[in-house]
Order: sequence, then C-alpha cells, then structure tokens
Amino acid sequence: MFRLEVRTSTPAWFNLVLPLLAIGATLILCSGLIALAGAGVLESYGVMFTASLGDSYAITETLVRAAPMIFTGLAVAVAFRAKFWNIGAEGQLLAGAVASCFVGAIPMPGPLAMLLMAIAGAAAGAVVALVPATLRVKFKVDDVVSSLLLNSVIYYALMALIEGPWKDSFSGYPISPPIEDSANFPVLIEGTRLHLGVIVALITAPSIWFLIARTTLGFRIRVTGENPEAARYGGIHVERVLLSTALLSGALAGLAGVGEVGGVHFQVMSDISPGYGYSGIVVAMLARLNPLGVVPAAIFLAAVMTGAEAMSRATGVPAFLSDVIQGTALLAMLVALLFTAYRIRRVGASR
Amino acid sequence: MSVVLEQIFQVGFLAAIIRIATPLAFATLGEMFSERAGVLNLGIEGIMLLCAMTGFTETSLSGNLWLGVMVAVLTGMLMGALHALFTVVLGLSQHVCGIGVTLFSSGLAYFLYRLIFGQQSVPPSIKGFQTLPIPVLSDIPVLGPAVFNQFTLVYMAIIAIPLAAFVLYRTPWGLSVRMVGENPRAADSAGVSVIATRFQAVILGGALMGLAGAFLSMAQFNAFTFGVVSGRGWVAIALVVFGRWDPWRSAGAALLFAFVDALQLRMQASGLGHIPYEAFLMLPFIFTIVAMAFMSRNAVAPSALLKPFRREER
Repeated sequence: MFRLEVRTSTPAWFNLVLPLLAIGATLILCSGLIALAGAGVLESYGVMFTASLGDSYAITETLVRAAPMIFTGLAVAVAFRAKFWNIGAEGQLLAGAVASCFVGAIPMPGPLAMLLMAIAGAAAGAVVALVPATLRVKFKVDDVVSSLLLNSVIYYALMALIEGPWKDSFSGYPISPPIEDSANFPVLIEGTRLHLGVIVALITAPSIWFLIARTTLGFRIRVTGENPEAARYGGIHVERVLLSTALLSGALAGLAGVGEVGGVHFQVMSDISPGYGYSGIVVAMLARLNPLGVVPAAIFLAAVMTGAEAMSRATGVPAFLSDVIQGTALLAMLVALLFTAYRIRRVGASR
Repeated sequence: MSVVLEQIFQVGFLAAIIRIATPLAFATLGEMFSERAGVLNLGIEGIMLLCAMTGFTETSLSGNLWLGVMVAVLTGMLMGALHALFTVVLGLSQHVCGIGVTLFSSGLAYFLYRLIFGQQSVPPSIKGFQTLPIPVLSDIPVLGPAVFNQFTLVYMAIIAIPLAAFVLYRTPWGLSVRMVGENPRAADSAGVSVIATRFQAVILGGALMGLAGAFLSMAQFNAFTFGVVSGRGWVAIALVVFGRWDPWRSAGAALLFAFVDALQLRMQASGLGHIPYEAFLMLPFIFTIVAMAFMSRNAVAPSALLKPFRREER
C-alpha cells in the first residue's frame, strides 16, 4: 500500500525540478497533438526552439514578448504570496496601457514622457487592483471573483474609448491615436524590437525578489500569506499589508501595459494583450511565486509563443498549440506542486 | 423614451431577450450546481468555447444537429471531470485550476478547429436549429411568438430552470450537493461521500455548460468563431453571484442581463441614445461587484466554496 504523507518542508532543488518536470510532462502530452496534425514531434519542437532561441534576433523577439509576462508574472507572484488572489492582472494591464497612452500622446521631452507614462500606467493598474483588495478588506468580498469580473469592466471601458472618443476618424478603425514619436521607448539593438522596457522588466524581477525576501514589507507580505493569525498576533496590520500588496501587484501589471504601448504598439487597440494577464498566472505558478523564477518562466512561455508561429509555417501544425501548452503547463505545474505538500510513502500491509 | 418603450414591447425584441438568455441560463445553472457543491469552476469560459467547437464540428461532419449537441454535452462533462479531478480529488486550488482549464480548453478548441477546418476566408457554417412553434401556445398574442416559437434548446432551458430547482431543493442528491457545499465535514459524518457528490455536481455543471456552448454555435450563430463565447462564461460567474446561488434567481439574473443586452443591441442598431454600448455590457459585472459588497454580510455563498476537502485532515 502507498499512502500520502504531509510534508513539513521541501528541499530547495524542488524549485528547479518541479517546473522542469511540469514542462517536460506538458511537452510530452502536447506532442500527441503534433502527431495528430501529422507532423514530426521532434522536428516541430526543433523548429519552435530555433525560431525562438536559435539566433540572436530570435532571442530579442522572445525577450520582447517575455517582458509583459515578466511584469504580470511578478504581479501575480507578489499577490499570491500574500494570498491576495489577484486574477485581474489582465484588466490592470489594460488600465496601464490606456493610462500610458493618454500621457504618451501629450507632447513633451521624450525621457520625461516615458517616466510619466510608467508612473501613470503603474498608478492606473494599482488603482484597479485596489478595488478587489478594498472590497475584501472592508466587506469580506471574495477577491477571486471580484478581480476576475473587473477584467471585463476594464475591457469594455477600453473598447468604449477606442470605439468612441479615441476612434481613428480618418480610417474608422477602433484604435487609439499613436503616442508621440519622442515617447517611443528607445530600441537598444539596431534592427531589432528590443526596447528599453524589456531591460526594465529584467531589472524589476530581482528588485521585487529583494523586496519580498529582504525588506520589512516583503516579510509582512510573506507572513500575511502564510499565517494571517500569526501575522496579526505579531503586530502586523494584515489589512494594510493586503492593500499595499494590491497596490504593488496592480502597479506591476500596469507596467506590462506601459511596455506594450511604449515599446511595441505605440497605441492602444482591443487586442493589445493576447491574455498576458492570465499568462502571468501560469508564469507565477511555474516560478513557484519566486520573483527570480518569473524571468525564465516568462521566457519559456514567450519562446513557445514566438516559436509556435514559425512551427506552424514550417510544419502546418496550428500555432494555437502554444495556447494548449500554456494551459497544460499550468495544470501540470499544479499537479507537480502536490509533491511539495505530500510525499508518497510505502506502508506495510499490517495497518 | 416612448420610442424605447415601443421597442421593448415588440415581439422581435422579446424573442431576442429569450434567445440571448438561453445560453446564459444553461451556463449559469451549470456554474451554480458546481458552486453549490463547493467548487468554483473558472474553467467555464473555456469549456463553453470547446463545447461550441466540438458540437459544431460533429454537426458539420455528420449533418446531425442532435448528435452535435450530444457531443458538446459529453465534452462539457469530460472537462467538468477534468476540473473535478484536479480540484476535488487532488484538492488543488480551484481558481488557479479553473484558469488552467479555461486556457487549456480554449487553446484546444482553437487548435482542433484550425486543424479540422484549416484557415478559410469565409468560416464554414452549418444549417443550425430552426424554430419550432408549439401548437396553440404560439398563437397567444405577443407572448406566443416570442416565447413559444423558439429553438428546441430554448424550451429545454425553460424546463431546465424548474428542474434544477427541483433537483437542488427536493431530491436527496440535491440535499447532498448543498450539504457538501455548506458543511462537508457534517455531510461526511452523515454518510454522504463528499468527493463523489462534488464530482457529480461539477460534471453536471459541465454538461450544462456544454448545452450553452452548443446553443451558441448551433442555434444562435450557426458557425464557430474564436469569439463565439466572448466573455459569456465570465458573465455566468457574475450571474450566479448576483442570483445568490439559487436556480430561480440565477435564471432571473440571466433574463435581466439578456434584456439589457438586447436593449443595447437595439439602441446600437437604431442609432438611438449617445451612451456607448459598452456601458451596458459592463453593467452585469459592476452590479455583481456592488451586490457582492452588500451580500457578503449575510453570507449567502456556499460556506465551503473554494475549500478542498480531505477526509484525514481535521
């Protein structure tokens, strides 16, 4: 007989092995779909890899796509650490995009515009995240549902803007006016799309790690998440910590939107985010809520997305495979996480 | 204002409300069963999309509409079982699993659809359900043509509402569902299998989500597009809360939302009013969030919602 036994601690190497295990299982499961499409599994994954990480240009494209998911991944990781269930990174991202687009369209010196875009975007995301957190703290409203529903509210608000006052009166397309050229984020390597925002994302991850692991606020966030009663007993104002966490989480998700406006699209349209907010949940879970792990996890998902398009062109396997991989990876990671909570023990027949 | 009122009391308008409400009613009842048993199913958005795809595909390949509906329902049950396996049996966190199920099922729907139909400039369509007027009843003025000259799936939704209420409140199984959603520990002591009951409720919910998806691709649009569900699953999540986890109120909430949606479509078409139509689409979400703030004080949500049950843990 086997039985599950509750684990009290997990070895550190689990942080690396579990995501790899989940990703391995995902790739094996999804190879069935590649076979179903009549293509070679290894060939398809091979094309996916070369097209996303095979040369320096491909790597820059993957990094550009990873940047928003680094931000949303951090947003979710920070929130989940405090057990603030922020499912609303998608809406917070959109709010950040809209706010930064407003600011970016105002003529002013470039560096100032970029700074103000980031501030406005982060603030907008933070305000949106504050809603479910406040409702939870003041009215005991379930944050999962309220943060999820807010995504739809923000999405329709964005649509109302781009189909209303922002609508391109010349072409009639539902897109916002572009931001000022001077506000476009500088490209770091000539001939690529690698923009300033990507570097900011890569620097933000270790900063958030430092904040969570080494500062008082980070300590409060962790204790609030792990044991709110103990936190309260220890003199931590749990409600205030939840609100601060929401502000931080929403600001990070908002920055994802800023990067997309300032560095990639230079305007806002309805599909500015192909679900980066939800991908952030996948990223955060793969990273085991560790801000440093968010970077490789986001790069993995970005590589899958970038590579899937090339794979589709080369082998005819629909590029939507990347969406299946995302969902499967999240579910596989959740199952893998069971190993952290339990261990399987062999027990004798004489029970 | 009188123009608006005139619009409201048109047969076509009433019929449109019923049609818009049907998939929402199925989805809302499905989510309600799942949540009453203590399992939040955020997979609903993706499950509906996948079911809309599989039902449509089956019908377009076999030419049989009811076979398509059956496949959609089976797909829903299968995805419900997947969600239940993760959240009920393995006790994994419901919201993250739900997002996972939505990402997985919608990805799978896109992938399989593209694989089967390729990329066509004009999306393939089917000859969907035709309206089936009910003799005598459909002759009632106004109400008759609006309510009793509809798709069979609409009649099924109308029957599903009292049936759901009956099952939930008047059958032993319904009692078990409510028990495992309110107090699984007590249910377990009373000899009710928490795991089995929750599993069944989530699968039943999946079946209803399947009907919702089938209605969209096989009666309302007669085609599968990537935006065929476009947030209706999230609307259902809101309506369950707004309807206080009760079949009658949830269905009423679906009807109310359908009314607002139909009004919004009318105003857009007639160029009436200067309010952006998105404002109407936002309403159910805003109402629900506000309602949650007022409701939470008298705790109407199933107490064990979001809480996994493990027998050995006390």
